[in-house]
Amino acid sequence: MTSSKADAAREVRSYAIGYLLALLLTGFAFGAVYWRVASATTTFGIVLGLGLVQMVVHFRFFLHITLGKSSRADLQLILFSTLIIALMVSGTLVILFNLHHRMM
Amino acid sequence: MSATEGAHPGLNIAHPHAQAQEETETALFGFWVFLMSDAVIFALLFATYGVMLPATVGGPTPATVYEIGPAFLETLILLTSSFTFGLASIAMKHDAPCRRILGWMGATLVLGLAFLALEVRDFITMFAQGATPMRSGYLSSFFALVPLHGLHVAAGCLWLVVMMAQVVVFGLDGRVRINTLRLGLFWHFLDIIWIALFSVVYLQGLIR
Amino acid sequence: MTEPLWPALLGRFGWQDLPFVRAWADPSLSEIIGAGAGALVVVGGLAVVVLITWLGRWGYLWREWFTSLDHKRIGILYVVIAFTMLSRALVEAVLMRMQQAAAINAPGFIAPDHFAQLFTTHGSIMIFFMAMPFLTGAINYVMPLQIGARDVAFPLLNAVSLWLTAGAAGLMMVSLVIGRFSTGGWTGYPPYTELAFSPDVGPDYWIWAVTLGSIGTTLSGLNFAVTIYKLRCPGMTLMRMPMFVWTSLCTSILMIFAMPPLTVATALLALDRYLGFHFFTNDLGGNMMNYANLIWLFGHPEVYILILPAFGVYSEVIATFSSKELYGYTSLVIATMAIAVLSFTVWVHHFFTMGQSANINAVFGIATMTIGLPTGVKIYDWIWTMFRGRVRFSVSMLYSLAFMMTFVLGGLTGIILAFPPLDYLVHNTLFLVAHFHNMLIPGLLYGMLAGYHYWFPKAFGFRLDEKWGRISFGCWVVGFYLAFMPLYVLGAGGMTRRSQAVFEPAFRPWLYVAGVGALVLLSALASLFVQLWVSIRNREANRVPVGDPWNAGGLEWSIAAPPPEYNFAVIPTVNDRDPFHGDKADGDPYAPPKRYEAIAMPANSMTGPALGVLGAVTAFGLVWHMWWLAGFGLAAGIATIVARSFVRDLHRTIPAAEVARIDRHWRRDIRKAKPVGRAVEGTPANRGLAEVEA
Repeated sequence: MTSSKADAAREVRSYAIGYLLALLLTGFAFGAVYWRVASATTTFGIVLGLGLVQMVVHFRFFLHITLGKSSRADLQLILFSTLIIALMVSGTLVILFNLHHRMM
Repeated sequence: MSATEGAHPGLNIAHPHAQAQEETETALFGFWVFLMSDAVIFALLFATYGVMLPATVGGPTPATVYEIGPAFLETLILLTSSFTFGLASIAMKHDAPCRRILGWMGATLVLGLAFLALEVRDFITMFAQGATPMRSGYLSSFFALVPLHGLHVAAGCLWLVVMMAQVVVFGLDGRVRINTLRLGLFWHFLDIIWIALFSVVYLQGLIR
Repeated sequence: MTEPLWPALLGRFGWQDLPFVRAWADPSLSEIIGAGAGALVVVGGLAVVVLITWLGRWGYLWREWFTSLDHKRIGILYVVIAFTMLSRALVEAVLMRMQQAAAINAPGFIAPDHFAQLFTTHGSIMIFFMAMPFLTGAINYVMPLQIGARDVAFPLLNAVSLWLTAGAAGLMMVSLVIGRFSTGGWTGYPPYTELAFSPDVGPDYWIWAVTLGSIGTTLSGLNFAVTIYKLRCPGMTLMRMPMFVWTSLCTSILMIFAMPPLTVATALLALDRYLGFHFFTNDLGGNMMNYANLIWLFGHPEVYILILPAFGVYSEVIATFSSKELYGYTSLVIATMAIAVLSFTVWVHHFFTMGQSANINAVFGIATMTIGLPTGVKIYDWIWTMFRGRVRFSVSMLYSLAFMMTFVLGGLTGIILAFPPLDYLVHNTLFLVAHFHNMLIPGLLYGMLAGYHYWFPKAFGFRLDEKWGRISFGCWVVGFYLAFMPLYVLGAGGMTRRSQAVFEPAFRPWLYVAGVGALVLLSALASLFVQLWVSIRNREANRVPVGDPWNAGGLEWSIAAPPPEYNFAVIPTVNDRDPFHGDKADGDPYAPPKRYEAIAMPANSMTGPALGVLGAVTAFGLVWHMWWLAGFGLAAGIATIVARSFVRDLHRTIPAAEVARIDRHWRRDIRKAKPVGRAVEGTPANRGLAEVEA
């Protein structure tokens, strides 16, 4: 059970994969903006999408949040928090933009 | 319980000590909860930023004050620092010699400080252009959101220094391991916030 | 504005900032009352210090209470804060009621600015420094016992939360002596609370007191949630937890997610006031409507934080005093969770009139009405619990009955307010004020008082005096109806809230009745203190050392009263709900353990008091622009945290022999006690040992 060196190598490889994926996703996002690949709204959509994927990469490879049993409680907490945050942020944006629109 | 306080807690799953493992899990879960409350604070600052983006009041706008180069460099630095901290965590988990652990922690610290230095330089440049938080609602929201992240990184750097000192003084005892794990959660979490930051603030502002 | 006396050292403080100086210059009744309040704080504080010194109890207090990490001690200290601040805020309410009764086409005796400070402190104290500490204290004391744990997950964090709250409460009291308080209401709406309109120290006191308290609360929520998730005793699955633990869990989740919006709102206001930012200013792009949005993102879940623990108390009390199992456990759990989640979806109903479209208002109005449903389910479950039970009218049960009837009335007015067009008519009138007091007093306060009467014997080992308990109860109920029912009429008749002066003679009779009600409520509070005095005097007669005075079912009743520091000599294993009822039914509820083991408990720590004091000092420095003090406080606080992290010796071990000795002492009490039936549970015959029918 103590093949520590092999475990360590596997873990380093996992972090390295996460790092590489994150680099790629970052590069694509910055590239999309720098080289103006699409219209403003589409580009922003691409940026947000890539950002979301990169967050998942960080959660999976750096924070070890998987669908497995050991991180179940953490995953439930993160998903619940995401729900609350989505409610609060979307509510704020909808309400304030509605108010802005009605003030103009 | 006090007799085993100094023993290795449940990082090494190979030699599980049930109670210490539970303590580690409880400590880490508690820290996750704290991070989620922190995430709500950041989320609302992001929402406020979104609401106040149009409030430029004839002053500097995102397009005029953001620069893609420094933002990209800061992103790379912070991402790499996450990687180096990961290597430090692995070294600690597998009882590597303290020098190796301190080496990776030190690398993380250097990268973190470099990130902060670049960010401060960015702010000074903005101030020189008249883009201060007192100029408009938009700039106020920028200077609440981005420096809050920066303050967190600064706190993380201080925490890193403290952890490195404790590794030297106490070695890899139970508390040092748990607190290093918590610092790891904190550091990676800050990188996740940065993803949102560079996407929603810098890249959105630089899209033409 | 006052002339600063010595800016480098004392920031913007000037002699005029002392209420005594102001009263000397302008001896109006309003100023004299203000100076009197300040004097009370000074004299009262000195009196307490002198008394403790004279009794030589500083060492005892420091060792046994202030540096203790015991959740039971911390819980009691929270409740002490709550009762202290309740006294102040209730007096403020009486002053306001008297002013409104006196100021009908007359000046009254409280100046407008003073009146505005009164309604601001009354609301801020009642919410942040009475209700929150009361329920946090109750959860702190009871929840770990009910889940069979020795303490909460993070005992030091628990102490830090307590002391941050205490420091913030201290800041509120200091504001009576040095400076003034905000006049912007307990929600501190800008742009009124911005520098342009309130450049004085008032809003700053409010911001920092609320911030310190809210940090404490967030950390408490974290602590309780992790405790309930991770520290339940073997066999206690989620669906075997007592209802008070379920409500504590949902309350904690609300605390974790609802306090951050408050932190953001007050922090952004602070940035505006201290650094000239433009979040909520009138000019340069400020958007004060976002403040209302942020503060109510906090404010609505906050009221569910206030009510859920009370619901938990009612579940415990009603079941116990109906001599019956709680009806509809699963529906109560689902209802609690539904309330918790839905509470994040209704916040706009606090600002229906702010200008967003009718469609947005409609969505939130419907959501608001929906949230009444799970509460209704709970009421039915409690009624069905009593049905065919053998109901005993203990003081706790009286509060529960009054709650069920009065709270439902208030809830109905809530449904009225949930309709945007109706809300437009009564927004910011006394109708609203009547509604939320109708929810908070019969809901939260009666719940906390019911819990106080219920668990006091467990905490202190003797029952509270029954007669004074009933007198107090009577005053609370009569006082509430007299003080608040007229406000519905006044509000529907158009009287605005927070009015220092009244110009409509038709309001007079209602205001007089409300004034009488306020005085009755003051008597209710006084009766509580009399009750405590009488109970302490008669404590030997009312001792319940065995620990089960009410024949109840939770694990907390299966240990001595007061419990030992470590709660349980051996961590219990449960296999059903109401495990102690199960043990009693099985016939051997007090079986001694086979062996005693040494128990490690958290060692005392001065980190809690240190951070509380330093937090208050930093806040005080920020309020008065004493930057050196604020900087020192912050630096010292960080140094304290870093220093604490270097401490290695975090535990104290209680030897097995000591555990055995304490346990055997309790078992002697059990042997000496005679089991009593419920008919005599309110008499000295009750030693805490319940007679169990076969």
